[in-house]
Amino acid sequence: MSLAAVLRIALKALRVNKLRSALTMLGMIIGVAAVIAMIAIGSGAQERVREQIKNLGSNLILVFPGSTTASGVRLGTGAAQTLSEDDAAAIARDVPGVVVAAPSLRGSGQVVAGNSNWATQFFGTNNDYLTARDWGVASGRAFEDAEISGAGKVALIGQTTAEKLFGDADPVDQVIRVRKVPLTIIGVLDRKGQNALGQDQDDIVLMPISTARNRVLGQAQGRLKRIGAVSVKVADGVDMKGVEEGMRDLLRQRLRVQPGAEDPFTIRNLTELLQAQEASSRVLTLLLGAVASVSLLVGGIGIMNIMLVSVTERTREIGLRMAVGARARDILKQFLVEAITLSMIGGLVGILLGAGASYLIGEFAGWRTDITPQAIALAVGFSAGVGVFFGFYPARKASRLLPIEALRYE
Amino acid sequence: MAALIEVEDLRKEYVLGDQTVHALDGVTLSIEEGEFVAVMGPSGSGKSTFMNMVGCLDRPSGGRYRLAGEDVGAMSVDELAGIRNQRIGFVFQQFNLLARTSALENVELPLVYAHVPPKERRARAAQRLAQVGLGARMDHQPSQLSGGQQQRVAIARALVNNPSLILADEPTGALDSRTSLEIMSLLQGLNRGGLTVVLVTHEHDVADFAGRLISFRDGRVRSDARQVPRDAEASLVAFDGQGAGAAA
Repeated sequence: MSLAAVLRIALKALRVNKLRSALTMLGMIIGVAAVIAMIAIGSGAQERVREQIKNLGSNLILVFPGSTTASGVRLGTGAAQTLSEDDAAAIARDVPGVVVAAPSLRGSGQVVAGNSNWATQFFGTNNDYLTARDWGVASGRAFEDAEISGAGKVALIGQTTAEKLFGDADPVDQVIRVRKVPLTIIGVLDRKGQNALGQDQDDIVLMPISTARNRVLGQAQGRLKRIGAVSVKVADGVDMKGVEEGMRDLLRQRLRVQPGAEDPFTIRNLTELLQAQEASSRVLTLLLGAVASVSLLVGGIGIMNIMLVSVTERTREIGLRMAVGARARDILKQFLVEAITLSMIGGLVGILLGAGASYLIGEFAGWRTDITPQAIALAVGFSAGVGVFFGFYPARKASRLLPIEALRYE
Repeated sequence: MAALIEVEDLRKEYVLGDQTVHALDGVTLSIEEGEFVAVMGPSGSGKSTFMNMVGCLDRPSGGRYRLAGEDVGAMSVDELAGIRNQRIGFVFQQFNLLARTSALENVELPLVYAHVPPKERRARAAQRLAQVGLGARMDHQPSQLSGGQQQRVAIARALVNNPSLILADEPTGALDSRTSLEIMSLLQGLNRGGLTVVLVTHEHDVADFAGRLISFRDGRVRSDARQVPRDAEASLVAFDGQGAGAAA
């Protein structure tokens, strides 16, 4: 018996008991929709974290000057100016696995362009910072070496800053004044969006570190070239912990820290933090999926129940089919295909419903939801599997009937 | 003429609780090709069991059964399904048509299991329906047909695979007298065309249309005799004449 013929018989049988078929499918529909929606929510959360990691810059480790104790008063992280540009250079040079180590000085203040102004934060750094943060230049160009070393009066600005100061106009070659120092804008950075804490990363002005130190922040031109932080990018596939340890050893040695004394700097591995978050949202996805699968299981049991009823009701039909030449495997196929059809139709409707539900959740709850092809494949596979698994027993029961007993069944 | 059905010491036992029932207790007989045989007997005589054995719907507990020279007892379940499909056409008392399925599709059913392509299936089923006089009602579902018409559909279904044997189990049991005569006339016509017909009945009126009468009792053959069959067509005419006379 051809599959098309079996399928036609199955659809006909399901049409005969429309309400019953629909109610049986409902179990599958709810199960599959729940799985799809839950996985969409879970993977949406995961995707969000992944995006944050990407925005932050992959494989990024930040090093801040640590707290020091001055006359018994413990100052916070970054208060002490223990790190210098030379330390950043040493990290890049001596710690294996480090791609770049970009020193930076941070400041904030009013930025003025023409007759508009905007309070923002600015960083004195170099092009390595862009590498470390995986940050490209959308228009214009990055810094030139001469500008970095010679305190060039140039700046790169973020998308938000550009919009606030210039609106729709092209900011490149315009002049802004940061703390009264005029800087020519040489480029606009790519849009990065919010960071993990919800801060707008595009609200920023970058300038050469020497410009920041000598012209804008107005610090003494000290021999040590103090800096506020080092952004370190680690090569792909290198153990971040190992690099962290390497940097710690190097810095302790360079800063002549006594064994047992506290580190006068802080190393923060934000990527790792986010990866932990990602792992936890992955667990959440699995958990949600598992809970939803239970309803799929219940739907499957509903199918089995109805198929058993159907086999009993149609015993005489089975007997007749056998009398006119159906073999056991023809009967098995017929009922198995019927169960699979039931669960597959339920599964497909469930996918649509689940997709709709996750869209609505995304829209109204403001959660990010992602319907992945894998989730759909999983749902289709699962519902077919449920059909086979829960349809097999009733189908086998039908196929094992003796023709004469089935025919005489009252 | 060659023997189509040969049974030798055929036995069937059922175990009911701690009792063993001998439904068939050593039946030996043979039926030639082209015969019209009526099997009679009171209920419990073993006639239905005999029918099931001959129809390969049930397996004997002992003895031998050859259908067209082939030893059926040695066949597998699937082979028996093949025999039922290819060689035997069944007609039941309750018609056993598939509900909500057109007459045409009901007749097609054996061809579906014989893997006949859809086009040929339809053509052959339509031809058989026309043969039993239902050419105009092929799209009707069983619920839209009278009892006699339903039985005709069942006969068309039995014929569609060109079997060598028609097994009819009380084919007129659920029909009125006139329709019964019509069905018997149809079966007689098929038999005259060379088809072997075995008919199980408990009505002498019906058995009279057969050319040979075998009666069963307690699982054994009690009598087996040839007889001159009554002509169903003539009976039908006589019946209608009587009806007209009564009306007049």
